[in-house]
Amino acid sequence: MDLFIDLLTGLCFFLGSLCIIIGACGLIKLPDVFSRIHAAGMIDTGGTAFFILGMMIQSGWSLITVKLLLIGIFIFFTSPVTSHVTANLAREKGIVPVGKKIGKLL
Amino acid sequence: MFLAALTACAVSALLVLARIILGKTTFDRVLAVNSLGTIIVIGIALHGFYANRPEFLDIAIVYALINFIGTVAILKLFSTGSLKGNNK
Repeated sequence: MDLFIDLLTGLCFFLGSLCIIIGACGLIKLPDVFSRIHAAGMIDTGGTAFFILGMMIQSGWSLITVKLLLIGIFIFFTSPVTSHVTANLAREKGIVPVGKKIGKLL
Repeated sequence: MFLAALTACAVSALLVLARIILGKTTFDRVLAVNSLGTIIVIGIALHGFYANRPEFLDIAIVYALINFIGTVAILKLFSTGSLKGNNK
């Protein structure tokens, strides 16, 4: 049973590491603010969810699980708010997305 | 296992830090700082498990709160020029 919990935690950590490394590479590679928001959202949702799931499996039923759940819920609800505010302000300040003709609005 | 996950967090934090340094506009930097804050929250929680000291989770909760408030405050300051109420 102990080995099974360790294997499950390792699988969750592997998927979370994959998510955050892909997100960080996308944050460097993508050409625009509006497309980099996708990579930041991948770090915020995929990476956080998998890491917190792995740590919850590892800790069992205790107060630690409640705290981890609190962190997960908070990041899950505030990440779309931050992305929306950033995209809205960037469009308001007149940044044109790559590949869009200037003059034709969205 | 926790050490490997911490290494992955460190690698992605370095990549995000590169975007903060060479970002073109302000919004790139704000977005990258928000992502770096999320990675640091995960790293603090993982280090608490790695060192067998679960008190670090409280610090992770506070860091997540400060990260959100700081990002929204920077964007509001950049948008309207001050942090007072709803002055359009």
